[in-house]
Amino acid sequence: MTDQEILDEFTNLLRDLLADDSIVLGKETKRSDVANWDSFQYVNFIVAVEARLGIKFRVSDVESFETVGDIVTETRSLLNQDTAG
Amino acid sequence: MTVSWLPAATDFRAGLKAALAIEDAGERLERLAALAQFQLGYLETIQLDNALRQSACDSHPGFRPIRLALLSSCTIDHLLPAIRTAGLRQRLRFEIYAGPYGQYRQEILNPGSELHTFDPEIILLSLTFHDVVASMPLAASADEVDAAISSAAGDLANIWNQAKDSIRATVIQQSFLNVAEPLFGNHEQLFPAAPGRMVARLNDRLIRAAGEEQILLLDIAAASARDGIDTWFDRTRWLQGKIEIAPQSAPRYGDLVTRLIGAQLGQSKKCLVLDLDNTLWSGVIGDDGLEGIIVGEGSAVGEAHLALQRYAKLLKERGVILAVCSKNELATAESVFRDHPEVLLQRSDFAAFAANWTDKAENLRAIAKQLNIGLDSLVFVDDNPAERARIRESLPMVAVPELPADVADYVRCIADAGYFETISFTAEDRQRAGQYEANAERESLRGTAQSMDEFLSGLEMIVESGPFTSIDMPRVHQLINKTNQFNTTTQRYTREELSDFAADPGNITLQFRLADRFGDNGLVSVMIICPDSGEPDVFEVTSWVMSCRVFGRQLEDEAMNVAVETALARGARALRADLIPTKKNAVICDLYRNLGFSQLGEPAKDDARTRWILELSDYQKRCTFLTRKVPDND
Repeated sequence: MTDQEILDEFTNLLRDLLADDSIVLGKETKRSDVANWDSFQYVNFIVAVEARLGIKFRVSDVESFETVGDIVTETRSLLNQDTAG
Repeated sequence: MTVSWLPAATDFRAGLKAALAIEDAGERLERLAALAQFQLGYLETIQLDNALRQSACDSHPGFRPIRLALLSSCTIDHLLPAIRTAGLRQRLRFEIYAGPYGQYRQEILNPGSELHTFDPEIILLSLTFHDVVASMPLAASADEVDAAISSAAGDLANIWNQAKDSIRATVIQQSFLNVAEPLFGNHEQLFPAAPGRMVARLNDRLIRAAGEEQILLLDIAAASARDGIDTWFDRTRWLQGKIEIAPQSAPRYGDLVTRLIGAQLGQSKKCLVLDLDNTLWSGVIGDDGLEGIIVGEGSAVGEAHLALQRYAKLLKERGVILAVCSKNELATAESVFRDHPEVLLQRSDFAAFAANWTDKAENLRAIAKQLNIGLDSLVFVDDNPAERARIRESLPMVAVPELPADVADYVRCIADAGYFETISFTAEDRQRAGQYEANAERESLRGTAQSMDEFLSGLEMIVESGPFTSIDMPRVHQLINKTNQFNTTTQRYTREELSDFAADPGNITLQFRLADRFGDNGLVSVMIICPDSGEPDVFEVTSWVMSCRVFGRQLEDEAMNVAVETALARGARALRADLIPTKKNAVICDLYRNLGFSQLGEPAKDDARTRWILELSDYQKRCTFLTRKVPDND
């Protein structure tokens, strides 16, 4: 998956989660930039990404992600590990 | 995926969009409920729940509203959408109150709390082990551990009793997830203070308490042992947000909660309908013959089919009715049960046997009619995906498990679905299978009798009646909440409410048992009669139910004779009663008129209920063929 494909997938997931089709995520987007993306919905988003892409973030990841770009980078890395292994 | 007995959704997103575009609120809700019949992951339960909230409407005919309070000591917000969507699947509309974390004691004990204002019908306590039991040194003695567990269990029992007494709610206690990592190894359970041992001990106490204190047990510890603890507990989520039940297990959790509540409300299924070829055995009996089909010991596939038969037989012992629905020649199909030495089930195990070339939907309708139960009481098990799809489409109220590809997993799939969840195992349940056989004998008497009177007198029926006693309560509760046809008001009650009625000396409670020469039908009818607060000499029949097994036996006439005598003895002048029509109780639409009641006015425009009155001085005692049993005096 390219970064843009990952970003598109994230956008779709967050739209589904928050029932808001106006959401468009960029790499610089932070949680505070998106209406209703609170800490509960952050957990839900992480769970949804993990389920959809078949990956598992570390607890240090989920605690340190600042921007959507951070999540994209880590996702790409986990997906690559997967295909490499 | 944890709700594996449901079919996979094809395009959930599109289905949701289409449902939300529907204008009519009732139709929209039906479409959303249809989506809930598919296997939904965590994200999908949230989406469906969002849609449900967007399309909220005040009235939702066909769905039973229910107020549930969820009290917890850790994060449970993620479980609410799963409960509400699983509820939709069972035609329950949950209104959920989630109490503040860790405040469950205060919420229950303080009459001014939000919980009391919410006035739940059901309180679910979702607690973690460390909130109830203080940690102990590993060197603690067995006695010290005993004392700690007993004190925790006693503390919980206090909370339950407070909830039952002051809120009149049914209490559900969730068992404790055993997330302790082993310290000692294989002998873990030998050391009293080993953390995993302590959790197991407390869970054992809960199981006992569920029997003694009449609370309901939500046994997620057992479910997690079945699914694997890592499915239920995700350490990252726990660290991230004190989420003990992993979000991925939320759909399964929601289903466990609703099936338990459904069982309490009498919504559990009653009848297992089985296909034959490639379901109860491998092969096609019409083509392969007795020698060609594979079933029984000696072949792995044969043993897998036998396991399904064995499970069906156990369900029958539990009181579940068995039936056959198969595309076959009747004689050929029946011959398997008579002539195949390895087949475990017998022809007489089935209360209904539809083997023909008619459409299966037609046959299921006929089976429900013959057994006098609703289509929504049926579970249809068929290996053929096309037949399953056909039934889901034409009879959506019939439960159809999505059998896995491997016959080895058939039993697991049916068991996981929890269709026959029950909170009691009464004498009536144990005898039910025999009662259907006795019914067949009664039917043959009906065939030979020259007249209805001859048939009824030939039955030699004996009726026994009296107020509810504590021994009767589980069956009274079961009957009153399960009965849909002969049910005058379809009012459902919790066990606590029924005990209250029975304990109030002003009320009249009556239960009726009916036996005849073919067998004992057990406790088959219940009446609750309360004095009117304004006119104490007028008594109101607030509930009257009767099991469909004894329709047409004049029991309603004899029951009314008893009710009138009892009311007269209490100084009553008249009996009044409401009859609230539903989709299912048309069979009693003329009940009160036939018993000599007069109608009070005309039904209101938006309420089909009719009101009836009987001046006791006018009552003409009904003549019946039932003999009253004189109570023993010892």
